[in-house]
Amino acid sequence: MKWVRNRLDQLRKPFEPGEKYEKFAPAINAFDTFLFTPNHTTKKGAHIRDVVDLKRTMITVVLALVPALLFGMWNNGAQYLYQERGLASVFDVPFWDAFLEGAILVLPLIVVSYVVGLTIEFIFAIYRGHEVNEGYLVTGLLIPMIFPVDIPLWMLALSVAFAVLIGKEAFGGTGMNILNPALTARAFAFFAYPLYMSGNAIWVHNGSTDAVSGETILGSLASNRFDGVVSGGASDAVAFASSSVTEVSSTLSSLNFSDMFMGFIPGSVSETSALCIAIGALILIATKVGSWRIIIGGLAGGAAMGLIFNYFGGLGGEYVSELVNSGQITLEQIKNDAGAVAALELGGWDATLLELGKNQLFNFPFWQHLVVGGFAFGIVFMATDPVSAAQTLKGKWIYGILAGFFGIMIRVFNPAYPEGIMLAILLLNVFAPTIDHYVIQGNVNKRKKRLKKAKTQLQAA
Amino acid sequence: MAHNKETKKQELILFLSDTDEREGLLGKKNRKLLTDPLTDNNPITVQVLGICSALAITVQLKPAIVMSIAVMAVMAFSNMIISALRNLIPSRIRIIVQLVVVAALVIIVDQILRAYAYDVSKELSVFVGLIITNCIVMGRLEAFALGHGVYKSFLDGIGNAAGYAFILILVAFFRELLGAGKLLGYQIIPDSFYEFGYTNNGLMLLSPMALITVGLIIWVQRSRSRSLIEQN
Repeated sequence: MKWVRNRLDQLRKPFEPGEKYEKFAPAINAFDTFLFTPNHTTKKGAHIRDVVDLKRTMITVVLALVPALLFGMWNNGAQYLYQERGLASVFDVPFWDAFLEGAILVLPLIVVSYVVGLTIEFIFAIYRGHEVNEGYLVTGLLIPMIFPVDIPLWMLALSVAFAVLIGKEAFGGTGMNILNPALTARAFAFFAYPLYMSGNAIWVHNGSTDAVSGETILGSLASNRFDGVVSGGASDAVAFASSSVTEVSSTLSSLNFSDMFMGFIPGSVSETSALCIAIGALILIATKVGSWRIIIGGLAGGAAMGLIFNYFGGLGGEYVSELVNSGQITLEQIKNDAGAVAALELGGWDATLLELGKNQLFNFPFWQHLVVGGFAFGIVFMATDPVSAAQTLKGKWIYGILAGFFGIMIRVFNPAYPEGIMLAILLLNVFAPTIDHYVIQGNVNKRKKRLKKAKTQLQAA
Repeated sequence: MAHNKETKKQELILFLSDTDEREGLLGKKNRKLLTDPLTDNNPITVQVLGICSALAITVQLKPAIVMSIAVMAVMAFSNMIISALRNLIPSRIRIIVQLVVVAALVIIVDQILRAYAYDVSKELSVFVGLIITNCIVMGRLEAFALGHGVYKSFLDGIGNAAGYAFILILVAFFRELLGAGKLLGYQIIPDSFYEFGYTNNGLMLLSPMALITVGLIIWVQRSRSRSLIEQN
């Protein structure tokens, strides 16, 4: 350790004030404080001292991300190898084979994310003459975790550059950003390169080749809308009275809640395992780095929206089976024959009900919504970003609930955006200051009223 | 008689350039009218006017160029006409008069586009008509043409339209190049790039990216000339 310290001291000599490379001091300082505790002391005034500085906070988040990251490596390797080798299930892939394969796939993403992002951060730190902040340690790890594994590296690099430049530095750097930088990167890639960011064939390495299918649950739900209703018993939320509905879909019945919860399904690098994300959430909550209000609020909001959809999906399902039972139309016709549906001349609410019945996502049980896709990851690691989230306690509840609410709403209403949670959190990021403003104003008004009341009471007495 | 002629000439000069100062057609002050809007007084990046059309019609270079020409024609002529009428218009109804003039010019431009460049006019659709509401046009009429001579107003119109056009074309250049790999409809990025894995950036075709591109231009401009940064 001492040797490292001495080397570093020697190395930083030319960077001291008044020396040749004074301008580049932030760069060497960043390395120094990364390796050693800074020996700065507060010089003025009284301060509450706390061990939790920005660095400690950020490292805690990185630690909370590790379970999901390691699981993601294994899962990506396993998903690929099991299909490539034609095995019966992901568990037949030897553990180390899967993990190493996954690591080879995922590590380049992490390296690119850090190298590009930190380069830009260093340039701005030197140019603006401030120290390099630790914020990017988390962002740089989050970004590869929410991308599909096969994203071309240059697209990832461009997204990172966009997020750091436009999402962060343009607003003034760490602590000033309005939008979560990691989600900004994903949103950029999502809209710029939709073919590489959405669809059914990209979630597993080499997913577009014939042998390997990268279809996710949300993808199959969206593309295979009608079968869900037909399958009847597939989702608990929908009670199908009809006995004539016999056609069973292959998609929903193959879903298994424990697989979805544990994360043995295709998806972005580390978002699949709700279990690992829950471990991360516990670490964040226990260390008070992440706000439990936002996490609980988000889950509650998502569940509430899911329940609402389930209710209407159930209505639609009942209506469809009613139609079929009364012999007006067959399921086959609803599914494949638009002419027959038009011939029914359904108007208004009836037509809506039919559509509701056909949309499989409406019938997807609300509690399963919470574990598939990026919902859990977004709520736990993205929505809790202390910079872009709401700051007031009441505001955090509102922010969290609305994020979950809109996340599920976008996912269900627009199957083209299965990762509605990304858009929902970005939207709420923008509204977070407004939420805070009204919460604070509400508090001010409440206290003003109390003051008035006290005054009148005083006067009366 | 000679005296009379002299005063008439004087009046004409006053009418055309609103000062007694004699100055070449492109003297220093007149040149400033043309060049200022291109740099430190750009209507889009400094005054932040006319943003809507800058977002809407910059997906491709061609419509942007046509739109620029249309705006330039409207601005030059409306500035001239309003400036010529400036002593006749009662100030209470000046906005209405301005609108009538601009609207008439826009309709003329629109008809000409439909006659000679139908495809582009279809692409531009309502945005030609919306030149009427373009803040730059009304802004220059209010701020300049009502108080300056005809010739100066003409230069001011051309200058501001050129500033608008400059940004429009710059934004459209990047959006078409990065979003579609083309310029003016011709493929610029070679096929070998695509074979190598290059993909057009779909976000460039969406309007948020136009806003961000304008933002980046503003960023570059402000870091170059620090006098633009507001003090607070």
